[in-house]
Amino acid sequence: MTLVVESADEAVAGVSDGATVLVGGFGTAGQPMELIDALRRLGAKDLTVVSNNAGNGSQGLAALLAAGQVRRIVCSFPRQKDSYVFDELYRSKRIELEVVPQGNLAERLRAAGAGIGAFYCPTGVGTPLAEGKETRTIDGREYVLEFPIHGDVALIKAHQADTLGNLVYRKTARNFGPVMATAAKLTVAQVTSVSSPGSIDPEAVVTPGIFVDRVVACPSPAVLAEEGAAG
Amino acid sequence: MSRLDRAGIARRVAADIPPGSYVNLGIGQPTLVADYLAPDSGVILHTENGMLGMGRAAVGDEVDPDLINAGKVPVTEPPGASYFHHADSFAMMRGGHLDVCVLGAFQVSFAGDLANWHTGEPDAIPAVGGAMDLAIGAKSVYVMMTLFTDAGAPKLVPSCTYPLTGLRCVSRVYTDYGVFLIEPDGVTIRETYGIEEPDLRGKLGL
Repeated sequence: MTLVVESADEAVAGVSDGATVLVGGFGTAGQPMELIDALRRLGAKDLTVVSNNAGNGSQGLAALLAAGQVRRIVCSFPRQKDSYVFDELYRSKRIELEVVPQGNLAERLRAAGAGIGAFYCPTGVGTPLAEGKETRTIDGREYVLEFPIHGDVALIKAHQADTLGNLVYRKTARNFGPVMATAAKLTVAQVTSVSSPGSIDPEAVVTPGIFVDRVVACPSPAVLAEEGAAG
Repeated sequence: MSRLDRAGIARRVAADIPPGSYVNLGIGQPTLVADYLAPDSGVILHTENGMLGMGRAAVGDEVDPDLINAGKVPVTEPPGASYFHHADSFAMMRGGHLDVCVLGAFQVSFAGDLANWHTGEPDAIPAVGGAMDLAIGAKSVYVMMTLFTDAGAPKLVPSCTYPLTGLRCVSRVYTDYGVFLIEPDGVTIRETYGIEEPDLRGKLGL
């Protein structure tokens, strides 16, 4: 059952030290800034964060990293023009990094949410990112065995929700939200508005409420501009 | 014909993209290709962060932080565009639905191996993004690059020295000095710019 809560702090309550936290967003689009800020205030530490990037500028995910709460980050593209917080932590060996091809990141999350034990994927065959991994030739093509990524918590940003937790997203801010929502024990969504059941066309629902545990309305979410595009 | 500049290479790539193709243009130089696609080409651009039918770069009031491309540049939403999540976006590549992708490269081998994600230097922060998925996913992978490094070393090489992105995945290489087709029996030079073919072969050891 989905719970509509009053504040971002309430939404992230109970996230424990050492948790694996899936954080939605591609760069700043879809990054759940208010939920990340609440997690920072909560002070949970020794976290593993799974997110496409490793923070932009000094806010949101970057601020969580700067606060020293993240031990390990799993992402596809940590290095960006404005990832200076991560860059400094990485170079001073204060954060562990696992680089995962972007499609594998998505599919490993999808597998976790779909109850798949592991899958053979052609991405990365013959590259350093497949070293030490089991491979198998199927119909003449080589594949690498990839395992799911399960989250203890998923923090995502959608556009609108109803009180049953059905979600719609907005443009390319959708990105990792729908797959992360399925892959965690506790999925928390921040949205701009929460409305009554029936207000969202059932045909337009992207994430059905069964995947969503907590919803919080953040009517004017912070918009973090990228400090110089690329990556 | 003289050596091509960046725009010239982009124009050359654009001319070779079949009308009606689904195409992903990689970050950096390959994005220039969009500027040279004929308006009636029917080419539909894919961006791996979750959009098909991507429009041009947004300007002024069109800028919407929720509407960006894979290079995180704000873009527009023309009629017919669609949005989807990341797992679907990469299924479009791996599942063989994307016709062409155009990527930059540090090196391409004579066998079509691609190196474009990591210099391998000890203090370099690795970042792969969607490069490995694109390299093995699109039906045709075109590389667009200068043929030589600033120091004059060829980037089309017998064997890549940089960490690989994908094995035997590149089918064509578009450069300032020529267009190369990578075929099962080796590299064919299709055309040259500002250099004679025998000289080019000599410089590359082809």
